[in-house]
Amino acid sequence: MATADTIRTILAQHGKLPVDAATLGEDSDLYAAGLSSFASVQLMLAIEEEFDIEFPENLLNRKTFSTIATIVEVVTELSKDQQAA
Amino acid sequence: MTIQGAVAPLALMDRAKRVAAIAAEHADQVDAEGRFPAEAVAAMRSERLLGIQIPTAQGGEGVSVLEIAEICTTLGKGCSAAAMVFAMHQIKVSSLVSHGSGAGWHEAFMSRVAGEQLLLGSATTEGGIGGNLRNSICAIEVDGDTCRLEKDATVISYGDQADAILITSRAHADAAPSDQVMTVFLKDQYTLDKTQTWDALGMRGTCSDGYVFKGEAPAQQILPRPFAEIAAQSMLAHAHILWSAVWYGIAADAFARAQAFVRAAARRSPEAMPPGALRVAEASSLLQGVKASIIAALTQYATAKGDEDKLSAMSFAVAMNNLKIASSQNILTIINHCMLICGILGYKNGTPYSLGRHLRDAHSAQLMISNDRILGNTSTMLLIHKQDTSLLA
Repeated sequence: MATADTIRTILAQHGKLPVDAATLGEDSDLYAAGLSSFASVQLMLAIEEEFDIEFPENLLNRKTFSTIATIVEVVTELSKDQQAA
Repeated sequence: MTIQGAVAPLALMDRAKRVAAIAAEHADQVDAEGRFPAEAVAAMRSERLLGIQIPTAQGGEGVSVLEIAEICTTLGKGCSAAAMVFAMHQIKVSSLVSHGSGAGWHEAFMSRVAGEQLLLGSATTEGGIGGNLRNSICAIEVDGDTCRLEKDATVISYGDQADAILITSRAHADAAPSDQVMTVFLKDQYTLDKTQTWDALGMRGTCSDGYVFKGEAPAQQILPRPFAEIAAQSMLAHAHILWSAVWYGIAADAFARAQAFVRAAARRSPEAMPPGALRVAEASSLLQGVKASIIAALTQYATAKGDEDKLSAMSFAVAMNNLKIASSQNILTIINHCMLICGILGYKNGTPYSLGRHLRDAHSAQLMISNDRILGNTSTMLLIHKQDTSLLA
């Protein structure tokens, strides 16, 4: 189950943020918080591994990883779809 | 399409060819003296090429990247430095057109660029960032309606000649290095203190000197979108496509010289195949490959244009990166082939077959944004992005 807290934990491990991930709100702009494009790929890989999902090509963009809330939403959707498949 | 619409590109290319002829006439001197291609840029102004990309509503001609790429190639055949100045200017204009539309100050500025034929420079490089233009150390300071910026800009191409500079910085004093904005400063709003002089192997006329930039301007001159979006959605594609178009032009001129060399030999002794003939055929195939990659990227950009999701997709970034890698490497192979064909007459300066300038200029291609850095970024994306390997999609 993807929750804001699980995403925040993965973000703290792989996001290479200059700020403490615990201080980030669900709607905080992660790019403004210093998420680089390189770190965002590492974050995607860690999330794929954690939730046993694969991000389809149309979701591999800046918008998907812009806030904790959008990541939770996308991961929840994908978990449902890909488990059903 | 109206008849006028169909005829316009022809007239546009005539204008570009006139500029290219002037650029070619001065190319050797520009290279030898490492001076700005002033005659070519004056011709761009008199042919009104600097504002062509700007929408007609702002006094431009709304010309597409396709036609601008064709102009870059045409100019690149005459003088690489003049062509690269034109390309770099147009890359800056593309950011204004894509991200400044709707913003009052930037729309008015676009009208000025078209009306006064202003030349736009770029300051994205900074001492200490290790060449990664998606990071800044300096931060813009917004104080009421005014913004101030000081930057150790280790490269500002044609900084002395630019009429305005588009410069990146962190968005504010507490912003992360990757949280950047881009700001337009007009010539009378900044000072440039030269720290490094451009005395380089090639592309000598771009005058890519280093400066300490200090500027103060109304805060509304900051582009309204984050630089991350500008970089992904307009700079990436325009830079890799227009640079590649310039490089293709350099290689195409080298090829024309090599082919002329072999044809002259064949005319002298029609009974024997000249020794370089096979290599001309090889170079022809390589040159066609570069051309095809540029056309493919232009087609992909035309499909994605105006769609933020497509423009910021990894598939798009990987494709544009791949274009840059392929064209920057292949032009060196092509020009080297041409050198083998022309032999000592290609190696010597001042012959109709001289290729030294072409080869030196072409060596910049792998380095302006290092291919190693681009391959590094692509390899990161390929950890997660699955490349579309279909033929026509």
